Amino acid sequence: MWTFIHKWGSPKWFYAISAKVQPWCWAVSLILIATGTVWGLAFTPTEVNQGQGDSFRIIYVHVPAAFLAQSVFVSMAAASLVFMVWKVKVADMAATVMAPFGAVMTFVALFSGAVWGVPTWGTWWMWDARLTSMLILLFLFLGVIALRSAFTRREGGSKAASVLAMVGVINIPIIKYSVDWWFTLHQSATFTLTSRPLMPMEMWLPLLIMVLGFYCFFIALTLMRTRSEILRREIDKRWVRDLIKEAQ
Amino acid sequence: MAFTSFGAFLAMGGHGPYVWAAWGVTALLMVACIVHARFERRQLASAVKRRARRGDRHPPHQARHADDT
Repeated sequence: MWTFIHKWGSPKWFYAISAKVQPWCWAVSLILIATGTVWGLAFTPTEVNQGQGDSFRIIYVHVPAAFLAQSVFVSMAAASLVFMVWKVKVADMAATVMAPFGAVMTFVALFSGAVWGVPTWGTWWMWDARLTSMLILLFLFLGVIALRSAFTRREGGSKAASVLAMVGVINIPIIKYSVDWWFTLHQSATFTLTSRPLMPMEMWLPLLIMVLGFYCFFIALTLMRTRSEILRREIDKRWVRDLIKEAQ
Repeated sequence: MAFTSFGAFLAMGGHGPYVWAAWGVTALLMVACIVHARFERRQLASAVKRRARRGDRHPPHQARHADDT
């Protein structure tokens, strides 16, 4: 366990191993998203049971983005914990690059939800528990980003951002159970571990593909940007210079 | 195929503006993420190269914090 943490914690090792993993993540993500897009937009039959018509096709971007928004926050909080407890620098670098992507995904979930709300609910916004807790998530992401950059010394910004991420993670179960705890306009979970989805297979299979594609996209982007962050912070280290010499 | 023609596909049964707005913004932002990551990567790679060539310590690279080396 200790050697594992130290290995992953070494920027040099992470930089080398992520170079090998990253192209595969991009490839898998591209294939999954392309498949899910074509299937969901053009081949899945039009929704008839609830009379939503073709507006239900928004689900294929809305649900994956909403999943990711929450998963990115949890990953960021986990990375912050690893950084605070074991002082693993790579974890802090990963947390740094995750925050903007999390904010983007939260915005996408909110925006696509608002656009979807107009034809289905007759309104683009409601101060409903699910919607409000997602808006709070967006502010938490923006808060983490702002807090990190508000310090002159990196160390202070990293610690403050980590603490906010770890405290902010309380919002995640609130988002998850908001549809069960309060009476809300938003429908309950699409996927659960315990039961089969209520929608027909030709509707949820492309959705599952999109969700997996978005996850791979997140992993690939995080690896890529963490590598840049490593260069940014370790530019004067010996191993980075050796890297250039090897390349020449 | 759920649609009979390309026109019907674009119209999305009258929900075209909603579907394409949601998908468009999602696609745009995800592409922007990739473009930004590539730009950042290229900038840092050239900063590292410049530094290795000159051997100096303080060329203007993308420092985020005052204590960045």
